[in-house]
This record gives sequence, C-alpha cells and structure tokens, in this order.
Amino acid sequence: MMQVPDQHGRFGPFGGKYVPETLMNALIELEDAYNRYKDDPDFLAEVRYLLKQYSGRPTPLYYAERLSRHVGGPKIYLKREDLNHTGAHKINNTIGQAVLAKRMGKKKVIAETGAGQHGVASATVAALMGLECKVFMGEEDTKRQQLNVFRMKLLGAEVIPVMSGTRTLKDACNETLRYWVSNVNDTYYILGSATGPHPYPMMVRDFQRVIGLETRDQILEAEGRLPDAIIAAVGGGSNAIGMFHPFVGDAGVKLIGVEAAGRGVDTEEHAATMTKGRPGVFQGSMSYVLQDEGGQVLPAHSISAGLDYPGIGPEHSYLKDIKRAEYVPITDAEALEALKLLSRTEGIIPALESAHAVAQALKTGRSMKQDEILVINLSGRGDKDVESILKYEAEAEGGHQQ
Amino acid sequence: MSAAITTNAIDEVFARLKESGETALIPFMTMGDPDLETSVALVQAAEAAGAHMIELGIPYSDPLADGPVIQRASERALKNRISLTDCIGVASKAREKGVRMPFIIFTYFNPALQLGLERFFGLLQENGFSGAIIPDLPMEEDAETKEIADRHGIHLIPLVAPTSEARVERIASRASGFVYCVSSLGVTGERSSFHEGIGAFLATVRKAASVPICVGFGISSREQAESLAGQCDGVIVGSAIVRKVEESLPLLIADDADRKAEGIAAVRDFIAALKPQRVG
Repeated sequence: MMQVPDQHGRFGPFGGKYVPETLMNALIELEDAYNRYKDDPDFLAEVRYLLKQYSGRPTPLYYAERLSRHVGGPKIYLKREDLNHTGAHKINNTIGQAVLAKRMGKKKVIAETGAGQHGVASATVAALMGLECKVFMGEEDTKRQQLNVFRMKLLGAEVIPVMSGTRTLKDACNETLRYWVSNVNDTYYILGSATGPHPYPMMVRDFQRVIGLETRDQILEAEGRLPDAIIAAVGGGSNAIGMFHPFVGDAGVKLIGVEAAGRGVDTEEHAATMTKGRPGVFQGSMSYVLQDEGGQVLPAHSISAGLDYPGIGPEHSYLKDIKRAEYVPITDAEALEALKLLSRTEGIIPALESAHAVAQALKTGRSMKQDEILVINLSGRGDKDVESILKYEAEAEGGHQQ
Repeated sequence: MSAAITTNAIDEVFARLKESGETALIPFMTMGDPDLETSVALVQAAEAAGAHMIELGIPYSDPLADGPVIQRASERALKNRISLTDCIGVASKAREKGVRMPFIIFTYFNPALQLGLERFFGLLQENGFSGAIIPDLPMEEDAETKEIADRHGIHLIPLVAPTSEARVERIASRASGFVYCVSSLGVTGERSSFHEGIGAFLATVRKAASVPICVGFGISSREQAESLAGQCDGVIVGSAIVRKVEESLPLLIADDADRKAEGIAAVRDFIAALKPQRVG
C-alpha cells in the first residue's frame, strides 16, 4: 500500500491544501515544525509523559461480557477512550498539538468546537501550558452544550459564539480559520479532527494513533491475536482514524466507520457524508462532502453534536475508495437505543457519538461467530449528553401523543 | 483556432490605462443580491460610475476568505438558490445591455469543481469573461485549473498576501491578467489601516510580476484608493460596495420602478466617488 499522505498532503485524490494564500506560509511553517519534532525523542517523551501522567493512558481495553452475551455473537471489547482526562479521545490530539505550539514559540491558541469536547480539551491543555485560548463555537451549539461552555470558561478560555451560517460546527470551523487568517503571526490553530488542510489530517491522525497502537498490544495480550472487526464513529473522523490506522495493513481486520444518519438517510436531516455525499473541496481539503448539485455545502443533522458535520477527513475518503474500510449510517433512534443498552448491560454511559459505534456493533455482531473478536472504540463518555437525550425523548414523546 | 492567442480584454484595459496614467477601479459585487435582475442593473451602474473592470462574486455557503458583509450578501443570494450558471448569465445579460468592461468571476473552488472545470471555463469563455479569481486555490493546487483556464483564454488571477514572503516571486512570475495583492491580514472587509509593510510588500510584488498588480481587501474610500494608486495599477473595492447595496436594499427590492432606480443610482454614485483621481 502507498504511504499516505504524499508530500503534497494527498491521500490518493483526497486531501491537499485549499486555503486562502494568507494561510499558506502558516501551514508550511506548521508542516516544517511537525516534521522536525515528530521523531524528536524529547518532544515524544513530553507528549508520552502527559498522555500517561496527565490524561491517564493507556486506557483499558475492556471485555464487555454482558454486552457480548446480549448480542450473542463475537467477544466484544471496548476501547475505553471515555476514561481519558476530560472524558474523550480529543485530549490525545490537543496534548500533542499544544506541546508542538509551545516548541514553535506560540503563546496563543485557537480552536473550533461542536459538542464542546475538543473545546474543553483545548482549554485544558492551554491552562496546563499557560497559553491564551479562544474557542469558537456555533451559537446553536453553545445553547445545546451549556455545561461545556461553562467548563471552558472555568478553564480560563474565552468562548466566542459564532453567529454565521448554520451556527454549528461547520461555521465554527470557518470562523476559526477566518480568525487565524487575521492573527496568523502569533496564533497556533489546534484543529480538532482529522480534517482541514494538510498537515492537519496527517498530524491529528498521528496524535490519535495511540488509540490503535494500544488496542493492538492489548488485544494481543488478551486474546493472542488481532480482532476480526473494529468499529468507530466518524464525524470528522479523528477517533476512527487513530484507531484504524495501525490496522490498515492487516487485511484480516475489518474496519467499519459509523456515520450519523440523523432522522434517516432518506430525509434531509442527517450527517451521512459517505452515504449521501460526493467528493468536493470543503474547509481546506478534497474529501467527501454533503452538498447540493451546485456545490453549496448542506447543513448536517445528528442528535450528536460531534457527528453533526457535512465533511469528513480525507484519509477516510481514501480508505473508502480503496475499499479498505466501509462506512455505514446509524440513525439518532438506533444510537439512543444502543446508549441505553450499554448503560444497562455494562454500567457505561457512552457519548452519543460513541453510541453510534455501539449500535453498529449490534448489527455487525449478529452475523459474527462466537470465537470472533469485535472491538468498539468508545470515544467518549455520555455525561455531556444527558440533557440532549432528555430533550430528544420529550420531543419524541410529544410526537407520539399527536 | 486557439483561444489562448487572442488578446484578453483585461490586458487591453491595463494597456490603455498605462497610456493615460490612470489606476484601474475594480468593484466587486455579490451576484444575486438581492436578485439576478438587479445584479445586471448594478453591473451597468458600475460601468456608468467609471469602473474599468468588475469582479462578479458567486455566493457560497462557506466563504472562508470573506468577512461579515460579503457573508451576509452570500446568504441573501443563496436564499434565492442562485447557482453558478445563473451568475454567469448575469454577465451575458449585462453585455446585451451594452456593458463593455471585462468581467472577472470570483468564486470559491467547489462550485466550479462540481460544475466541471472544462464546462466552467467553457461557459466563462462563451459568456464574455476574461478572468477568474479562486481564493481557496493556492498555486500548489491550481495546475489543472490553470491549464484549462489558459486553454479557454481566461486569466486565472492569483492572490498574494503580506504573509506570502518567499512565495511572492513564484506566484507573481507565473501570474496572468494581474496579481491580486491582499492589502492586509484577515478576511475581506473595510479597514482604517493596511498592513504596516504594505509599501515594501507592493514593491516586492511589482519587481517579481510581469503583469499589472492590483490591491484589494479593506479599501473603502477614495482617500485609501489614492494613497495606493502610485504603488499599483488597480484597486479592488468589495465589502464597501456590498455594504452600500445592503443599505440600499429597501429601494433595490421595491416594486416601484422609481424607487428601484434610486437605489441603483445610490450604488452608482458611491462607486463613482471611489474613483482615484489621475496621478500626477
């Protein structure tokens, strides 16, 4: 298999750097800095130290016995990214990028956030390293995720509500890029997913690879062999690419990315970029995009604010087109059912994002044998979602009564 | 016949202005704001106001390089589901009504990509365009696009920014039409001051470029236009004009023909007042 990305940041036809000229040198500077430090023993030691002592890695690979029995198929393992400090995999990346920002001499960082998880993870590392932090968040999302807004403020970050466009994650990304264009000389942009212009998709993947690398060691220790299938939720795709990447060369390991089908892929309210989108250029890279015939980007919908995004990281588009990974949709309702099931069978309330992966595991698991192994990347914990779930249930209840 | 060897109207205008010692005034307008018919009338008004060429902006859902004024104009236009081909149609309608200045399309890459680059540049050629500006297509990504544009006789006009530094020479030396110099860091929008090193920046671009150089992003008054006039061949005014259109919306969308004409005249007068006076 080809080494991706190539020196132009291309994953096959996907990726690249489609940004205004003002940002080009900043991206080149970032790429140079990353290339200089990514194999530097001191840099790696600092990142590794923080992952271990600050975030609590390695996260466990937990054998979900009761869930496995319920499904009646394979042995199901959960990679417990929800047990990271701040409650999700996002911190793996923000630690890496903040250490890089510090080495580059930057004192200010900015970040975009949807559900607030990446915003919180960015505010956290900014506090840890004494960096000034601004987080851009769609105004709609600041209402849906008030607790995370408050957490970010407690951590000393400034939260800037974004009033443009659909006032959700995609517009928060646009606004962060616009701010970066104006302040590129002294500001580092901590991008939260494996999306955007090169080198972000590669760099975020590399910082998230720790998920897959640990899983590999842990499953070999527990079972003496690699899993038959791995399932992860995909919005921009950072937890999934971090989990998948160390297994891409293992043809026997099926890789399944789960995207949000919202109210259904045949409605207009979904975020099923792979199922319903087509290749285009969006927010700095070529990848699958939800768009109309004229190339205008469509609003996405999902019960989970973290999957509510009309694009996807370019490496996922590449894995789809070379048929190394498959991407399937799961609806709001299916995700919610899976969330409840995991809560009751295992005492683990997953994030709504991760619940999409659990829901797909129930489907995939049904056709697998008992001696097979399935790993779910449990990317985050569900505490942040309790309010959205209450609201969703109340609305569904109201709908039934009519 | 090869389109590439025919003279491009942008080159002709700059040649003429060089003779007369004038600086080009290049307005930008968002097409379809508030509707296509009004856009045709506003293009006519821009020429009447003394514009030498015009940028026709394609509304886009995610205008990364644009500030709030142009974002709002895009949102208004997209509410009417204005497409890229509709916008190209504005140019041919304006030609039919006698507009003679060169047309430059300003679009983000994705709408052109989805139309198909061959078809996009074919339509530009058929509808009397002379140039294209694609703000999210840096030189690293533009090889195929540039080849197709050249084949259709359309100048693919590149942007250079104060942060371009060592890239300036490479961008400017392969430019066609003119080099679009971004006056300051940041997105489009009016500003009271430009990047501090603007003089040196423009001198660097000038030295590297074999085509004219024009300045845009943040120019909103004649004083600003004049302060730059000696250092460049043209000034581009976008947000200030789009804001004038926004302020004139109640008139521009009026059913009453007189009120509508009043709105168009207001935009025309605003553009006329921006025109830098002849240098020297």
